[in-house]
Amino acid sequence: MADIIKVEHLSYVYNPGMPNAVTALDDVSFTVEEGDFVGIIGATGSGKSTLITHMNGLNRPTSGKIFIDGRDLWAEPEKIRDFRFLTGLVFQYPEYQLFEETCYKDIAFGPKNMGLDEAEIQRRVHEAADFVGLDPALLERSPFELSGGQKRRVAVAGVMAMKPRILVLDEPAAGLDPEGRDEILSEVKEYHKKTGTTVLLVSHSMEDIAKYANRVLVMNNKKIAMYDTVEKVFARAPELLELGLSVPQVTKIFLKLREMGVDVPADVYTIPYAVKMILNAKSRRDAGESLVLPRKEVQKGGAAEC
Amino acid sequence: MEETILTAENLKFRYDPDRPVYALDGVSAGVKRGEFVAVLGANGCGKSTLAKHFNAILLPESGKVYVEDMDTADDSKLYDIRQTVGMVFQNPDNQIVATVVEEDVAFALENLGVPPQEMRRRVDESMKMAGIYEFRERAPHNLSGGQKQRVAIAGVVAMRPDCLILDEATAMLDPRGREQVMQTIHHLNKNMGITVVSITHYMEEAAQADRVLVMSKGHVVMEGTPKEVFSQTEKVRSLHLDVPQAAELREELVKAGIPLPEGIIDTGECAQALYELLK
Amino acid sequence: MLRDITIGQHFPGNSLVHRFDPRLKLVLTIAYIVLLFAASNPLGLALSILFLAGMYMVAKIPFKMILKSLKPILPIVIFTAVLNLFFVAGEGEPLVRVWFLTIYAEGVRYAVLMAVRVMALIAGTSLLTYTTSPIVLTDAIEQLLKPLGKLHFPVHELAMMMSIALRFIPTLIEETDKIMNAQKARGAQLDTGKMTDRVKALVPVLIPLFISAFRRADELAMAMECRCYRGGEGRTRLKVLRCEKQDYIDLAVCIVCFGVILASRLVFPNF
Repeated sequence: MADIIKVEHLSYVYNPGMPNAVTALDDVSFTVEEGDFVGIIGATGSGKSTLITHMNGLNRPTSGKIFIDGRDLWAEPEKIRDFRFLTGLVFQYPEYQLFEETCYKDIAFGPKNMGLDEAEIQRRVHEAADFVGLDPALLERSPFELSGGQKRRVAVAGVMAMKPRILVLDEPAAGLDPEGRDEILSEVKEYHKKTGTTVLLVSHSMEDIAKYANRVLVMNNKKIAMYDTVEKVFARAPELLELGLSVPQVTKIFLKLREMGVDVPADVYTIPYAVKMILNAKSRRDAGESLVLPRKEVQKGGAAEC
Repeated sequence: MEETILTAENLKFRYDPDRPVYALDGVSAGVKRGEFVAVLGANGCGKSTLAKHFNAILLPESGKVYVEDMDTADDSKLYDIRQTVGMVFQNPDNQIVATVVEEDVAFALENLGVPPQEMRRRVDESMKMAGIYEFRERAPHNLSGGQKQRVAIAGVVAMRPDCLILDEATAMLDPRGREQVMQTIHHLNKNMGITVVSITHYMEEAAQADRVLVMSKGHVVMEGTPKEVFSQTEKVRSLHLDVPQAAELREELVKAGIPLPEGIIDTGECAQALYELLK
Repeated sequence: MLRDITIGQHFPGNSLVHRFDPRLKLVLTIAYIVLLFAASNPLGLALSILFLAGMYMVAKIPFKMILKSLKPILPIVIFTAVLNLFFVAGEGEPLVRVWFLTIYAEGVRYAVLMAVRVMALIAGTSLLTYTTSPIVLTDAIEQLLKPLGKLHFPVHELAMMMSIALRFIPTLIEETDKIMNAQKARGAQLDTGKMTDRVKALVPVLIPLFISAFRRADELAMAMECRCYRGGEGRTRLKVLRCEKQDYIDLAVCIVCFGVILASRLVFPNF
C-alpha cells in the first residue's frame, strides 16, 4: 500500500538561533503505510509530542520535509489548514477543550469548519458518536453535564467526525481507570478495522501498544531509536528497558528467566504466547532437552527489573 | 504500636441528598498507625469519597469517622484533624499556591503561625525528605509533573502529619513521575513512620502496599494483603480491575495443568516458580 | 508561542539594586517620580537622568533594556510633545507661524522637558520591575499597606489574590496554547478574518479556559483548606522583609542625591 505519511530529515528547534534554542526533534525520517496502526512510544522529552503536532501542520519543521498523502505540507503555507482535516489530532485530556452548548454541536464543530452541509454533518455526528459508544440521547445534553469518561468520548468523536485519513491520538487513555482504558482503546481499534483509517497512537504503555498496534515507533532523545513490527521491537526488550521505557510484566518475567539461564524466547509480551512458550519449554525439558541458555546469550539478556 | 489511626464506622454518604444513590453505602474500615494501605476500585466506586472523609473535607450523612480519637464532625477539631491527616490530590498544578517552591512548602506552616526560624528548619527538612531541595528556588510551572507532586507532598509533610492520603496522586503522571512519587511515599512510610493511604487504580502500586482494600459501588468488597487479594483473579477482574500479569500467567498455566504455588503476584516470584518448574 | 511573553519583565541579577529592600525601592521610585516634576528645571532634570543612568549601571542592566521599556510609550511621548509644542504660549515673538499654529520658544522648551520627564518616569519605573521580581514586589506592597488593614482594608486578601494570579499566569498561558492548538486541529481559524470573525473564533478558546480556571480555583481552594488556610489571621511568613545595614546606606545615598537634585531647583530655577 502507498505511504500516507513520509517524514524526511525533519528537525524542529524552539527559538532557533537564540541563546535559549532547544532541539525538540533531531533529523527524524520514517514512513507510514496507509491503513497501518502505529504505536509511538518514548519517555517524556523524547520528542513524540512535538512529532505529532507536525502531522497536521500545527508545527512547521525547522528543516526537513513532511508529506501527507504524497503532498508536501508546507509547499503552499497558506493552504496548511486543509491538512488539519486530513490528519485528525486528538490531544491529551481532550475533554478540557469542549465548549459548545450541546454535545451534538461540539462534535459538529470540525465538520462545520470543513464547510459541509447540515445533512452530512448530522450523518457524521451520529456515526462518530456510534464509534465511541456515546449514547445518542446524550447528544442534546450539555457536555458539561457528562462524566469525565463521557466527555472524553465526545472530544474523540469530534475529531472522528471530520473523517480524517489519519487519526493521531496522544495518550487517549491517560487518567482513565482500567475499564475506561480498555473501552476507549478497543473502540479505536474497532474504528481502525471498520474504516481503514491510518492510526497513530502515542502511549507510555508498551502493553497497550502490544495489544492494539502492528508497528511501533520508539523515540529516544529527539531521535528515532527503533521502528519495526511489534514482535521485532519487543524482542529487543532489554534495550527498551535501558531507554527508560517499561515493558509488560510478562516480558520482564521471561527476561528474568533468561537471566537465570533458562532458554526461553525474549520476545514474549502477551499472556497467551507466554503460556504457549512455557508449555513448549516444559515439554522440551520433559523430552530430555536441556533448557540451559548458552553463557553469552545470558549476558546479552540484560537486567530485568522486578 | 498497633493502634488504629483512622476509623470509619458504618459510613454512609450521598453527594445529592435528593437522590437515592449512595456514594458510600455503609463502609466500615480502619487504618493502623504506620500501615501502607492501598484503596483500589473502578471509577465511581467511592474510594475518593472515602478519602475525603478522613480529613473532614466531607462529613458523613450517617455513621462516624474518627481520626485518632477525634470525631471529624467536631468543628472545633477541624484544624487538628487536617494537621494530623495531610492530603495530596490528583492535579499537580492545582495544589501549588506560591510562585516559588520553598514558599509553597511553607504555606501550611505560615497558616499555622509557626515562627520563621522553626519554619525554615521544617521547610528545608521536608524538601529534603521529598527529594526536591535542589528546586527550592524554582518557579513551579517549570517543574515536571512528578516534581510538582513531590512539592505538594513536601508541603503537606511540613505539617508533620501522622498520616498522608494520596487521592489518585499519580494518575496524571508519566511512568517516571509515578516512580519518583511512589519512591518518596515509601520512604516516608518505611523510614519516617508516616501512615499512608493511597487511593489508586494502578495495580502495581497497590501490589506494594501492606494491605489492600477493594471498593465497588460504595462498599468495601475485598480486603487483605496484596497476595490475598490479587490471587483471586476472577473476582478482581469481575470488579473491572487489572490483575498483575504474573498472577494471570500463573492462573492460565494452572488451568493448562501445570501446578504452581499460590500467591504469585510479582515478577521475581513468578520467574522463580517457573525456574523451579523448568530446571 | 504565547509562552515567550514575560510578565513584569524581571531581569534577574545580584547587584546592590537587586538586593535593595523592595519596600524602600518602591517608596523611592514614587519619590523619584515626584522629584521629576518637583525639580522641573533643566539642570534638575539632567541630574535626575544622570542618577537613573547611574542606577542602571549599578544594576548591570544593558542599555538596550531602557530602549525596550521606552518603545511602547514612544507614540504617547511624541503626541504629548507635539501638543505642548503647539499649544504652549509664551512671551515675546513666536518662532514659527504655520497656518493657524504657532510655536513659541517656551513651547519648544516645555515640549522637550515634558518628553524627557515622561521617558525618565517610565525608565525609572522599569528599573523597579527589572530589579524586583513580581512576587517580591507584591510582598513589599502588602507590607507597606498593612496599616490600612486596621481600617478593614483587605490587604492580605488582595496580596493573596495577586500572588496566586502571578503563580497561575504562566500555567494559564500554557493551557491557552494547548486549547488553541486543539481547536485549530479541528479547523478553527484564530488568526485570520475580520475583527468580528476573530472575536467569534475566540469563543472555543475562552469558554474552556474559563471553565478550567474555575475548576482550578475550586481544587486550589480545597488544597489550601487542607493545609489549614483560614485567612490572614495569625499568619507568619517564611521570608520576612527586614532592612539590613546595606539598605540604610543605599537609602541614605539616594536621599542625598534627591536632596541635591531638589536643591538645584531652588538654587538654579531657570537653568
